[in-house]
Amino acid sequence: MKVGVLAFQGDVEEHLEILKTLGVQTIAVKRPYELEIVDGLILPGGESTTVGLLLKETGLDQAIRKRAKEGMPVWGTCMGIILMAKKLLDNPIEQPILGLMDITVRRNAFGRQRESFEEEISIPALKCEAFPSVFIRAPIVEAVGPEVETMALYQGKAVLVQEKNLMGSTFHPEIAKDSRIHQHFLNLIKERGSNN
Amino acid sequence: MAKEGTITVKRGLAQMLKGGVIMDVINAEQAKISEEAGAVAVMALERVPSDIRAEGGVARMADPAIIQKIIDAVSIPVMAKCRIGHFVEAQILESLGVDFIDESEVLTPADEHFHVNKQSFKVPFVCGCRDLGEALRRIGEGAAMIRTKGEAGTGNIVEAVRHMRTVIDGIRKLSVLPKEELMTEAKNLGAPYELVLEVAKTGRLPVVNFAAGGVATPADAALMMQLGCDGVFVGSGIFKSSDPKNRAKAIVEAVAHYDDPKRLAEISKGLGEPMPSLDVRKLPEKELLATRGW
Repeated sequence: MKVGVLAFQGDVEEHLEILKTLGVQTIAVKRPYELEIVDGLILPGGESTTVGLLLKETGLDQAIRKRAKEGMPVWGTCMGIILMAKKLLDNPIEQPILGLMDITVRRNAFGRQRESFEEEISIPALKCEAFPSVFIRAPIVEAVGPEVETMALYQGKAVLVQEKNLMGSTFHPEIAKDSRIHQHFLNLIKERGSNN
Repeated sequence: MAKEGTITVKRGLAQMLKGGVIMDVINAEQAKISEEAGAVAVMALERVPSDIRAEGGVARMADPAIIQKIIDAVSIPVMAKCRIGHFVEAQILESLGVDFIDESEVLTPADEHFHVNKQSFKVPFVCGCRDLGEALRRIGEGAAMIRTKGEAGTGNIVEAVRHMRTVIDGIRKLSVLPKEELMTEAKNLGAPYELVLEVAKTGRLPVVNFAAGGVATPADAALMMQLGCDGVFVGSGIFKSSDPKNRAKAIVEAVAHYDDPKRLAEISKGLGEPMPSLDVRKLPEKELLATRGW
């Protein structure tokens, strides 16, 4: 199994390191031919305006949309979930996004950096009582479509969601160095892989 | 209980900026241009370094009214500079909601002996360094991010290269020294022993390290990335060039594609005139900014 991490900008290395501890092959993805050989893709934390522009510039946005539609698992953390949302609130510069998941996301929903925080949250779907979650200028999922499963809530708002082959979290498991959600994503790749 | 301002949360924001370009801006209009060009953050200051150099006088924190306008204008993180040791400027910047404070040698130092105790703030700090010892002293004081100083406002990359190589050499040396030599090396570096042990073990700085001071072209930015930095600050290099919009965008792309010379060639075409530049060797000692900080 080969897992890619979109590598234009952000905490790419942190994801790659956790994936390596789980024993999978990893690829830092910046070019369309690198995307072609991965079985799943992680969109890391970073700045969504920056990465949105670079995706468009390189044509990788179209390639990711195509593969996601064909069933390739994609997981976005923080910036990643912003890029994956079909609808963004507070988007004055109309930043380019991928628009993969039927969710509505608000950027910087908790405020500025001084309001960033860490907190343990419960993820029932993973039988996890206290997952260490780091929220950095984090977005929040304001609304989900009928096909979307909400896997974890914080203060009544969805912070971990899944829609078939697509996953999004508004926090950073790669910063907390807890590999359980990464393992869940690898399981998703395995399941999906057997369908192809 | 949600915990704010922890080391993880502070260093975490710097980790999100990796592979990005942080641009100096003096007003909301420049901040918007930077955001649209793909900057990961903007740095609010009163005057860009080349103007500070040309005009002289005391350089201070920017006007809070302008910082507020910049905060209101963009969705990306906003950083701002305070003077070395000026913890009240830092308190003011924190209360404004600035996302990162740069305790910067580019401004005129307010204290010639002591830096700000950055651990007492909820907002993260970035500080400049010329070598590993200076980097670890700042991290010991609580800096959540490091940048090499370079020589700001010159448009000359030579000092940034020197400082980046010096830091990396320092790390490389620590990683091969036997354990019994590390205490003496900590003494020689003037660095906290615990941090020296950590770097010796991991082979890298415990925080993100950007390059700064002299980046004028996409090639300069890519050079710093290939030397091993995590991202780039561009000061005067954008808004003192003849075509800020396109140069800003080009530098963003150059940092993302730093290892792809063909792409760098395309990116570098037809950008007009870079900022006016200075030969660092001809600058008198008292005009050097990098020597500020201790």
